[in-house]
Amino acid sequence: MTVQNRQIEVLRYDPERDETPRFETFTVPCKEEWVVLDALTYIKDELDPSLTFRWSCHMAVCGSCGMQVDNKPTLSCKAFVRDYGEKIRVEPLANFPIERDLVISQDDFMEKLQRGRPWIIPEQKREVEDGPYVQTPMQLDDIKEHTMCINCLLCYAACPVYALERDFVGPAALTLMYRYNADSRDAGWDERREVFAGHGGVWECSFVGACSDVCPKHVEPATAIQKGKMDSAVDYFTRFLMPGGGK
Amino acid sequence: MQVVETDVAVIGAGGAGLRAAIAVAETAPDLDVAVVSKVLPMRSHTVAAEGGAAGVIRGEDSLDAHFDDTVSGGDWLCDQDAVELFVEDAPKQLTRLEHWGCPWSRTPEGGVNTRPFGGMKIERTWFAADKSGFHILHTLFQTSLKYPSIKRFDEFFSAELLVDEGRVAGVVAIEVRTGEIWCFKAKSVIIASGGAGKVYPFTTNGAIKTGDGMAMAYRAGVPLKDMEFVQYHPTGLPGTGILLTEGCRGEGGYLTNKHGYRYLQDYGLGPPEPSPRKKAMELGPRDRLSQAFWHEMQKGNTIDTPYGEAINLDLRHLGEDKINERLPFVRDLATSYMRADPVHVPVPVRPVVHYMMGGIHTDIDARTSIEGLFAAGECAAVSINGANRLGSNSLTELLVFGDRAGKHAAQFAREAAPADNAARIDAQAEDCARKIENIYAREERKESTAELRRTMADAMEEGCGIYRDEGRIRSTCETLADLRHRLPGTALKDKSKVFNTDLLSILELENMLEVAESLAHSAYARSESRGSHQRLDHTGRDDDTFLKHSMAHYRGDQAPEIGYLDVVITKSPPGERLYGGAADAKAQKVEAAE
Repeated sequence: MTVQNRQIEVLRYDPERDETPRFETFTVPCKEEWVVLDALTYIKDELDPSLTFRWSCHMAVCGSCGMQVDNKPTLSCKAFVRDYGEKIRVEPLANFPIERDLVISQDDFMEKLQRGRPWIIPEQKREVEDGPYVQTPMQLDDIKEHTMCINCLLCYAACPVYALERDFVGPAALTLMYRYNADSRDAGWDERREVFAGHGGVWECSFVGACSDVCPKHVEPATAIQKGKMDSAVDYFTRFLMPGGGK
Repeated sequence: MQVVETDVAVIGAGGAGLRAAIAVAETAPDLDVAVVSKVLPMRSHTVAAEGGAAGVIRGEDSLDAHFDDTVSGGDWLCDQDAVELFVEDAPKQLTRLEHWGCPWSRTPEGGVNTRPFGGMKIERTWFAADKSGFHILHTLFQTSLKYPSIKRFDEFFSAELLVDEGRVAGVVAIEVRTGEIWCFKAKSVIIASGGAGKVYPFTTNGAIKTGDGMAMAYRAGVPLKDMEFVQYHPTGLPGTGILLTEGCRGEGGYLTNKHGYRYLQDYGLGPPEPSPRKKAMELGPRDRLSQAFWHEMQKGNTIDTPYGEAINLDLRHLGEDKINERLPFVRDLATSYMRADPVHVPVPVRPVVHYMMGGIHTDIDARTSIEGLFAAGECAAVSINGANRLGSNSLTELLVFGDRAGKHAAQFAREAAPADNAARIDAQAEDCARKIENIYAREERKESTAELRRTMADAMEEGCGIYRDEGRIRSTCETLADLRHRLPGTALKDKSKVFNTDLLSILELENMLEVAESLAHSAYARSESRGSHQRLDHTGRDDDTFLKHSMAHYRGDQAPEIGYLDVVITKSPPGERLYGGAADAKAQKVEAAE
């Protein structure tokens, strides 16, 4: 196991003490197999217990530890130090208010997630005695990749639209709405229409695709949003242009 | 101090906590539910479960078969009334989850697919590829959003229960973002805060799993049950402890030693066959497999890696397509963290602390000995897992007993007479707030929190690992007592109120030390070998003395007192645990005799 000293340059900000954020650099003896998160826990345990960041699973599934690593939205538990230079810069995720050091406020996302009604809205109530729905592997494939979102918010940090337009529901929340709309068990399109396709919805997306580029779970939010635009166009057409609203 | 008045408070927003909250909202929509969690719901460790959730669904399967597998898998330390109820409710709970949108993997006809799992006689593990826990957690979280009566308090660290005259009155918590103290006054409280794998140095568990709820209940006077039973999962990545699901073996993976030999055939699990055979070889129970690793290591048959001894998990013969369909996360994890792509090379793995069979003592309705206080999930011991949990029973347990906890807590909140204790409860809450202020006020930092934590974890591995003996357990008990004594020597370097994780790590360490002490003393007192608790100095199972649950009672600064409680036996008298060919031979003998 080779050990190499690296300079970890971390953004620090404590609202009780600091007027503005500042950078602090720590020298960390990094083992070859370490991820950036390991370097941060080393700093916290050995050098400065006040360094503040979120983490838990250390296996890229809980979504806690998203940060800007060398200016790119990244899960720090899957960012291997060997893939970076001798100096690594770590900052909180872009486009979010900073609570402290590397911790951002996730309130805006949580509110948007809820607004999207991300739960099954069935055609009619189904009882346990009715057994599971039939859903073929092909029907599952329609939604599968879009169910993989861990809510790590890297896509919001990468999204140029969200950077400018706070009303934009954003990649992860829209993808989740698409995932439910496209689920063979769901009939909730009408209830989600306004959030999904109205102001702040899919039509705000300029299809840069940065969300899909940074997504650590290959959720393909850009694809979901484009498919959502098509669904919304078809919905509009059937409701307003077809005789009888397409019914 | 902020005060919230609610009907039911739920501590923890993982699988059990969310299921409990939904149960309250569905059965009693007029009751308020406050879900108090130290992390956002989707960060809870349910998220990391991979393999799946057990529930009888196939025509050739039966509730009796699930019952028998669970009870013998638990080495007869399970309460059989709880297991009967569990297997019966399991398929219903999994079906509910399906209705709520869980993307279970499917058969070609569109039914729910199942896979084989360790110690299970028939394929009854429902799975969503190899991210079953992730999908269950997100489905529950998203579903919970539709109930207006559920109010979440995310990133609130629960510090102490409020209990007066044997009845719960709420919980005191720290709002992490502001450092402010909140008092949740509740008619009933459900603890669903997960396990405590972080008392060990090498674990699949996330950083958050520090036994907070267990310790809170323990301090309040509820015994911790069967704490000595700790599950080592046989296949974690060396170094990081990242879990590679038992589903790898369910799909047909082999475990081989440094000679490429499927060594499990030497440990009563053979004969080896090319394709997976249920309850044999790689599909034996986790305790047996982890113990076999230890023996292989003693024999010098393990592989020396930079991160300790290992054996190989070989998936190559499954082929790329099957690995991609059924085990995509495993492929990603092994390739990223171990630089071993299982399509092309065997992956080194070793046993790793994974799950606590023990926990807060509850009855089959999730009730504790404190009125109005309930517990469910890994933090609780009902007990369906006995001395060794079968893989894929715990995700189902979250649902079955989370639901029961919610329903019974709702009923209690509705029916309980009002208590006239406001002044005493307020005083307790003030005491808790003062305790936290006192930590802020400590001037001199004589001890490092990280150093104490490391010493604790190393002592636990040394004395309470896969194999144990009296001398090493005693030495661990001594180390833990010393650490508890040194804990007040810690102090904060970070004095900020905002998101103070330095403070939380001291509170978490206090919780872990108490849980660890209950574990070590329970292990010391149980001078027999059963399931995951293996004593080199007492190698046999001793039903005459120890067909009993250990009950660890908190005694302040003193070591815990260990008592015992009879196991509930309804229909399966204790027998011999047999797997592989030995089980077949016994079954044939029984058939011939009949």
